[in-house]
Amino acid sequence: MLGFRYSPAIAVGKLLRIALRLRGGGSALPGLVTEFFAPNLLSKVLGQLPRGVILVTGTNGKTTTTKILVELLSAHGLTVISNPSGSNYSRGILSALLGSVDMRGRLDADIAVLEIDEAHAVSFVRVIQPKVSLLLNVMRDQMDRYGEMDRTTQMLHKVAVATRDVLVVNFADPRLGSADFLRDVTARVSGFGISDRLRHLYAVDDELTSEVDEAPAAEAASPATVLEEVGTTSVVSFGGRTHEFQLPLDGFYNQVNGVAAVAACRAVLGDSFEPKRGLAALPSIVPAFGRGETLVVDGEEVQLVLVKNPGGFRVVMAAFEHSNVSTMIALNDNDADGRDVSWIWDVDFSPLGEGVDVVTGTRAHDLRLRLNYDEIPCSVVEPNPARALREFLARNPGERKRIYCTYTAMLAVRRILRLEALGEVA
Amino acid sequence: MTAERVTVLNLYPGHMNVYGDRGNMLTLRRRLEWRGYEVDAVDHHPGDVLPDSPDIVVGGGGQDAAQALVQPDLLEHGARLREWAESGTPMLMVCGLFQLFGHHTYTVAGSALPGLGILDVTTDAGGGRLVGNTVTVSEEFGPLIGFENHAGRTRLGPGVNPLGKVPRGQGNNGTDGLEGAHYKNVIGTYLHGPVLPKNPRLADHLIQVAVDRRFGPTELAPLDDSAVDDARASALARRR
Ligand SMILES: [Zn+2]
Repeated sequence: MLGFRYSPAIAVGKLLRIALRLRGGGSALPGLVTEFFAPNLLSKVLGQLPRGVILVTGTNGKTTTTKILVELLSAHGLTVISNPSGSNYSRGILSALLGSVDMRGRLDADIAVLEIDEAHAVSFVRVIQPKVSLLLNVMRDQMDRYGEMDRTTQMLHKVAVATRDVLVVNFADPRLGSADFLRDVTARVSGFGISDRLRHLYAVDDELTSEVDEAPAAEAASPATVLEEVGTTSVVSFGGRTHEFQLPLDGFYNQVNGVAAVAACRAVLGDSFEPKRGLAALPSIVPAFGRGETLVVDGEEVQLVLVKNPGGFRVVMAAFEHSNVSTMIALNDNDADGRDVSWIWDVDFSPLGEGVDVVTGTRAHDLRLRLNYDEIPCSVVEPNPARALREFLARNPGERKRIYCTYTAMLAVRRILRLEALGEVA
Repeated sequence: MTAERVTVLNLYPGHMNVYGDRGNMLTLRRRLEWRGYEVDAVDHHPGDVLPDSPDIVVGGGGQDAAQALVQPDLLEHGARLREWAESGTPMLMVCGLFQLFGHHTYTVAGSALPGLGILDVTTDAGGGRLVGNTVTVSEEFGPLIGFENHAGRTRLGPGVNPLGKVPRGQGNNGTDGLEGAHYKNVIGTYLHGPVLPKNPRLADHLIQVAVDRRFGPTELAPLDDSAVDDARASALARRR
């Protein structure tokens, strides 16, 4: 019981939250203010959850996986709180929680599932010990800001060590599944993975260059939850049995995210996990913001795909059909995208061999140069996103359209399309 | 008639390839292929045997740990690499391998890590990374556009020329306004981006030296570089 000690801070935060909502758009400000008045509120609030905190982190797939895990747990009757995408650090989380706490700081929930980026996860676990942590992957992501992959691995290692009950880790990732990574983890380790047959579909950054030096991990143990087949109906195996499921998200990597969420859900619920009940929740999952959502603009279906790093780009390209699809790529180099765009040279663009219709963004010309060196034709170079979109929509009417965008390019494209969108599908 | 073959040796692509350095190899390959040459790209990994006499040698940057990992193999092959360098083989060494081509660099733990000493440069740990878009002004190659990202501070000895000049706060060490190193046909630089795609004069210099040495004096066919020109113009216009 927290009593009313934190009431003033909570009240201020709640009021701010409502005020900002009315103005439109969420913000980390209420969390910031509340944190200022009551610095340990977050740990106090989260500490009372009967089933504790589940932390989801890694380079790619956090938002989608978190979303799926929330659905799986809700399907088992749990009240789950989660942070909306983008607010993946403590103030953002606190801002999100302010909506669910009463004035005494009581949370009406059983469990929290929080996506936190790697750097913030380290400071988060210093304050709050996750009951279960789900570590998805280590790929190159904006290295000019976050440093290097080794450092990311070290960050995730700190999260692993701080985890209390179960560490759910991707055994298909050579860094995370290695015996060295798991050396001093005290929580029970439960891996998820993919069958040997699907292995070639999974991009690990090391393979972008050539060899993987350390034996591909996972000698320590075999994963408990495995993606066996992918398709309209996919197959996952655990507990000595196979189970079919339908997760209507494009791409192999999303099926892997689905299996990661199933593994984490099993870790949370133990014997009370019901495969039928859980997997029945998957068909109604819709793509998270920028993860393959489709907008309809002037009767044209436009699919938006967020790309942040070479591993992620390669994975999404491998996932999609490319014939009879018009393609646009939007590359920005603002701080939130990563100012260094060198990474596009680590992407093999050959899946787009038929050609790219339009390139745009602050680095449109770099992109065209990159495609040029892969001998992929590129029809229009237009750095201005509004003009580029107009051009793109006018080309090849009736053909499916797909736009790959970096983060701030995604925001810009979405804002422009939203203005013109007749409605949203799926 | 079979095409003339050019061998490009790529040092440690598995360990020393962060920040897209892979693009340097691709640029050399395409600019050779577009001129009708056939390219033998040879990847060298620790433990491998070196090819007989490569026409061009390239190497990239790596994470600190990777650098210490490849160093023993590099030193083992030091004599051959030095012989190639002295005899005029064109080489491009970026970031981590630039440092290892010098007398010493440093380990994560802070001690000195001996290098090949082909380039008269030394590198020590520095406070804070030098990160950002840069333009190096080179007398020989014009403005070189790149992105730098390194913690090491490199100083040139008397036996080597800089590749070019940069504003202070960038380049080899952030203080002397110099970038890279140039000795015979060996070029060391901190420029990623990667450096060759957007700087074709530098790429073609390596190619020119290589084909002249292999096949005798050669006139390189001009290429359509409009995509490069646009990318360079756009980068120069919005540099920050
Ligand atoms: Zn570097």
